[in-house]
Amino acid sequence: MSAVEVDHLTKQFGDFTAVDAISFTVAQNEIFGLLGPNGAGKTTLIRMLTTLTPPTSGTAHVAGCDIVREPNRVRESMGVIPQALTSDPELTAEENLSIHAKLYGVPAAEREALVPELMAAVGLEKFRWALVRTFSGGMRRRLEIARGLMHSPKILFLDEPTSGLDPVSRSNVWEMIERLRREKNLTILLTTHYMDEADKLCDRIAIVDHGRLKALDTPSRLKASIPGNDVVEAEFDRAPADWTAELARLEGVRSVQPRDGSIRLSSAEGPRTIAALVELVRARGVTLRRVSVASTTLDDVFLHFTGRDLRDELGEGRYSVGHLYR
Amino acid sequence: MKLYRISALFERDMRKFFRSPTLMMVSMIFPLVQLIVLGYAFGGKIRGVRVAFVDNDHGAEAVRVRAMLDAVRTGPGVIRLVDYSTLPAAVRDLKIGLVRGVILAPYDFSYRVEHQDNPRLVLVEDNTDRTISGALESTLQTMVQQFDVPAVTSPLPAQTQLDVVEVYPYIEYIKYLLPGSIAMAMFVVAMIGGGITFIDDKSRGLHEGYLVTPIEGAELVLGLNLAGAIKGLMAGMVITVVGGLIAGVSGLANPLRLAYLALVCAVAALTMISLMFVTMVRVDDPMVPRAVFGVLNTLLFFPSGAIYPIQGFPKWMQAIAVVDPFYYTVHALRYLLLKGVGIAGIYHDLLVLAGMSAGFLALGIGLFKRQL
Ligand SMILES: Nc1ncnc2c1ncn2[C@@H]1O[C@H](COP(=O)(O)OP(=O)(O)OP(=O)(O)O)[C@@H](O)[C@H]1O
Ligand SMILES: [Mg+2]
Repeated sequence: MSAVEVDHLTKQFGDFTAVDAISFTVAQNEIFGLLGPNGAGKTTLIRMLTTLTPPTSGTAHVAGCDIVREPNRVRESMGVIPQALTSDPELTAEENLSIHAKLYGVPAAEREALVPELMAAVGLEKFRWALVRTFSGGMRRRLEIARGLMHSPKILFLDEPTSGLDPVSRSNVWEMIERLRREKNLTILLTTHYMDEADKLCDRIAIVDHGRLKALDTPSRLKASIPGNDVVEAEFDRAPADWTAELARLEGVRSVQPRDGSIRLSSAEGPRTIAALVELVRARGVTLRRVSVASTTLDDVFLHFTGRDLRDELGEGRYSVGHLYR
Repeated sequence: MKLYRISALFERDMRKFFRSPTLMMVSMIFPLVQLIVLGYAFGGKIRGVRVAFVDNDHGAEAVRVRAMLDAVRTGPGVIRLVDYSTLPAAVRDLKIGLVRGVILAPYDFSYRVEHQDNPRLVLVEDNTDRTISGALESTLQTMVQQFDVPAVTSPLPAQTQLDVVEVYPYIEYIKYLLPGSIAMAMFVVAMIGGGITFIDDKSRGLHEGYLVTPIEGAELVLGLNLAGAIKGLMAGMVITVVGGLIAGVSGLANPLRLAYLALVCAVAALTMISLMFVTMVRVDDPMVPRAVFGVLNTLLFFPSGAIYPIQGFPKWMQAIAVVDPFYYTVHALRYLLLKGVGIAGIYHDLLVLAGMSAGFLALGIGLFKRQL
């Protein structure tokens, strides 16, 4: 049985379709990533799966239970760490965990054993009696991960577990998620807009944009699926009119994409393409201002499937700040 | 419905409440300040009003009136006489507020007293201030009666006297006000602990953390309201004791009286928190409860009879009192604090308040959205 099954799940807000007929399954013990820019519909999708908001159409099962017909069985089977920080700042770490466990009816003996164990698992054992008000953002996030595990769920939903964390805290959280998955035999569904996070952490990645599923596979197969193994990026002065067509004929080149001032070439063999490029430039009297070669990253995959650059999307500022915390 | 989930939520609220004394302090300070300021501002007898005396008579009887008015100053002290030589000068000072009334002994006053020919004193008063002119009139009335009796033998038969029998000892205004302050303390707890923190928690996303657990909507509503009611009960009892000491209410040490007071406070606090919850259950904007506070406070407090008997209100305000939980709370508390101990004087209020709570809770559960 799959841990999560999503079948044509759709959510509309008025005329606006935030999640558009998305289908996928998550296997037991898998770390599954939903990758997409701000406003892609990741949180909306997670909220439907965690019974916080009803779907407009489509169905989904979590741990074999229908999210609409058996919401309480779904709630019992999963731990949820929402995008916003939801721990109570006026309570201590210990109180946050134990009150949460009481809501699931976890017996006292089990609670008392789990609190120190999970606090240690997220590296907060020294802060058990501290008020959450005094925690940093990263500490709060880790506490909330521990809180989500207090009733020993089999499936964990994490909405942007590392947003707002510094690079060290982020890799701490990654390690923690990996370890928890191994030790507790968890299935994990997380969302992120970080390429490196999806690449390092996830067994499979679903690329979501404008509420639609654009691609779904393992990170390495996603990277292999786009034309070319390398990306050559170059900037030119005095380029002639038919320049892109000429570039496309270079050795190894599979596709050419102009992109704000520079040109990206997907190439089967980056070094050979560069050698040919240098010759062509000299022959045509064009100035080569900058050139780089890199192996394909998820950035390129994202660009390929959505026609947009994730980094640009994030910097766009089209979505209000409030939206981030929805 | 699972009791352990209600109790988990209750525990969360109580821990937060005891952790920060702010809510308790704030909920106590406002009602106590109100009790003391209103209690002394409105409760006192009027004293030391400057009154002009113009003697146009210059006769023996006018001098006697002057002496009696002066005696009022040294006795009850309502007025302080200031002599003026002419009426226009006195009236001018009355208009600009230097004196609050003018008493005139007309030129033929002594003559008329001697001839028993309907002697008259004139009181010129500033009728923009009803309270002061009322006090002056009644003081003067009493005095004129005293004046008449020994000097003039009345041709009329002895008048029937009105005998006033007071059921309870004289009640100072501050004691009259105390039940309203207790109700106010519970209302402030409901407003801050129920309305404002509920919506702040919601907008901070704390609710999302609870909504992903198997808790049912009804459990959430009951847990929050139960915690709110206990907080209100505590605030109410603190004001009962502290305010009772300030106002000088006797018999507070009687455990039976305290038990009845606690019963009324518990039911009233539940009514107020559930009323607040119903008002706020669909609100998301943290500004709303803050803006509504003043309006709700005025609408519930003043028509309740907390500071003035509702018999003095226009019909529409009396209609508010009928559906105002403050009215029943104040009525029951006033009975227990100033009149007697026992269920007879309060059971009607308790029934109405309990009915209101049940209605508000049912409505709150019905309106509560389990999803985001
Ligand atoms: N309650 C709502 N009412 C109307 N529109 C909404 C609502 N919630 C979300 N949306 C819209 O749905 C779209 C998807 O939002 P969602 O929060 O799911 O994005 P996201 O992928 O989680 O983005 P982010 O990375 O910023 O968290 C956005 O355009 C948002 O404006
Ligand atoms: Mg989101």
